[in-house]
Amino acid sequence: MSQTSYSAVSGIQHEEALLFEHAHEAAKSISLPGVEGDISPELQAFSRQEAAQIPGLSEPETVRHFVRMSQWNHSIETGFYPLGSCTMKYNPRVNEQVVRLPGLADIHPDQPIDSVQGVLELLYELQTWLCELAGFSDITLQPAAGAQGEITGLMMIRACLDARGEQHRKKVLVPDSAHGTNPASAALCGMHCVALKSRPDGRIDLDELKKHLDGDVAALMMTNPNTAGAFESDIKEICQLVHDAGGLVYGDGANLNALVGVARPGDMGIDCLHINVHKTFSTPHGGGGPGAGPVVVNEILAPYLPVPRIVKEGDVYRIETHDEQSCGTVLGSLGQVGVLLRAHAYIAAFGRNHLHKIAQDAVLNANYVLHRLKGAYHVPFEGLCKHECLLTDEYQNKHGVKTLDIAKQLIDLGFHPMTIYFPLIVHGAMLIEPTETESKTTLDSFCDAMLDIAAQCEAGDTQVLHDAPVKPFRRRLDETQAARKPVLVWQK
Amino acid sequence: MSIPANLKYTKEHEWVRIEGDTATFGVSDHAQEALGDIVFVELPEIGRTVDAGEAYAVVESIKAVSDVYAPVSGEIIEVNEALEAAPEKVNTEPYGAGWITKVKMSGNADELMSDDEYNTFLEE
Repeated sequence: MSQTSYSAVSGIQHEEALLFEHAHEAAKSISLPGVEGDISPELQAFSRQEAAQIPGLSEPETVRHFVRMSQWNHSIETGFYPLGSCTMKYNPRVNEQVVRLPGLADIHPDQPIDSVQGVLELLYELQTWLCELAGFSDITLQPAAGAQGEITGLMMIRACLDARGEQHRKKVLVPDSAHGTNPASAALCGMHCVALKSRPDGRIDLDELKKHLDGDVAALMMTNPNTAGAFESDIKEICQLVHDAGGLVYGDGANLNALVGVARPGDMGIDCLHINVHKTFSTPHGGGGPGAGPVVVNEILAPYLPVPRIVKEGDVYRIETHDEQSCGTVLGSLGQVGVLLRAHAYIAAFGRNHLHKIAQDAVLNANYVLHRLKGAYHVPFEGLCKHECLLTDEYQNKHGVKTLDIAKQLIDLGFHPMTIYFPLIVHGAMLIEPTETESKTTLDSFCDAMLDIAAQCEAGDTQVLHDAPVKPFRRRLDETQAARKPVLVWQK
Repeated sequence: MSIPANLKYTKEHEWVRIEGDTATFGVSDHAQEALGDIVFVELPEIGRTVDAGEAYAVVESIKAVSDVYAPVSGEIIEVNEALEAAPEKVNTEPYGAGWITKVKMSGNADELMSDDEYNTFLEE
């Protein structure tokens, strides 16, 4: 096996009990104050009858507990993290510096509006930028993540169709390559889904689409580029067909990193789109922090945007909290302000003339990985990919090795595995999204590791792959038992 | 890969056992192998009528959630409630204790594949 500079080795890692198992009465790091005065009669019924279960721990014990557990993790700060469809790009430290400025960090949603004009100006500016980048006329910053963006978009579509007197339109078309959140959001919104079978090249099949377009269609939900990393080249015709049938097109913006600064979903005919700013515009996410899923809309859906909204009157920003046509409120206050401000910092750091380099480098990196691996791994869909490339374990299956084994071996080699077994339309899928923030050296190191694994299969040296991972603190977890008999609550 | 000779198969990897006008449905050995460890089976309601090709149950594995399609049309008369507590039977005995539902047939099974045809289909 070739030497890789990123290979994982064993280090000092501590076993760690749950906080309650650590607890001992001798150390209480907090002492709660008693109640001063009388409890009002209305609240009497709610007063606690038994002592709160707070583990007895000193401050250093508490800190060590969390730091120790954090050391079991792989993060974008510890190594390459090519998790497909997740855009695990590096989170620049300057973003963190910006959001810790006192004028942004030490404010409260309910303080007087004239004392928070600065943050409102930044958020308003971000709204303008996101609309321009995606090609839409209006926006809500409220949704807390992509999936909430989806349901917000569908709520607006619902409100729009209802206003047209088309309450009966409840059918949502979803390609079979879609993210699982798409049908879930449609179901939550009281609609039902019909899956569109993809073409042999992984794209939307126009004939299949036409077959399902009728007077009951509310919307098509689609991702472009799709989850196979392929650009939907018929996008304009797809949108036209849906519009002609009286439906609207919802765009899942999960893969915007492939397009940002180069192409605009609004220009393609999409009616609304959520933007995972935590992916495209670099904020810690995926167990490492909260997301934000602003939704951009065209003129058709703009009247139904959620409230509250930031509006600008002259040089003054204010917050509009009521609108008759609005689809409602989806999150308290103005959304995940900290995440949104980091996105603002990221966009500002690139500037108008350089944002397209994000997409260009992301697409270049994915195609570089695809090009290096395509002889050793089966490529289900030919041609160039966008920001992520899709491989399968077909060649390795002949040697009894599956995608899961390859993923586990990557952990031993110091890499976070790619997304596995998704999209569902190919067997044994491996979806690799390197992002634009990785150097050629890092990409080569990952590709070398993947090629070594393929060579091990060919050589019949497969036991090590079935045993992997052997280096991390926890080895193969029993995912089946975890799903069949989950233990979710600590019990004494 | 086990493909019993007395069953009929679909391209979606379901099997059906026909006895008189009763048909028993399940998923094939190939299907359970591809799905991986099954952790949950959502069973249909008794009395519901299903058309051939219609999704009648949902199988959740550690990899994915998949619809299961009816090989023939009919009315659901029995479901395998044992799968609620032991969904792994679909993995261990796909053609036996891992059956999913029984229907009173209203259609025919003429368009389904024989074991030989299914074997050829899998090899392609």
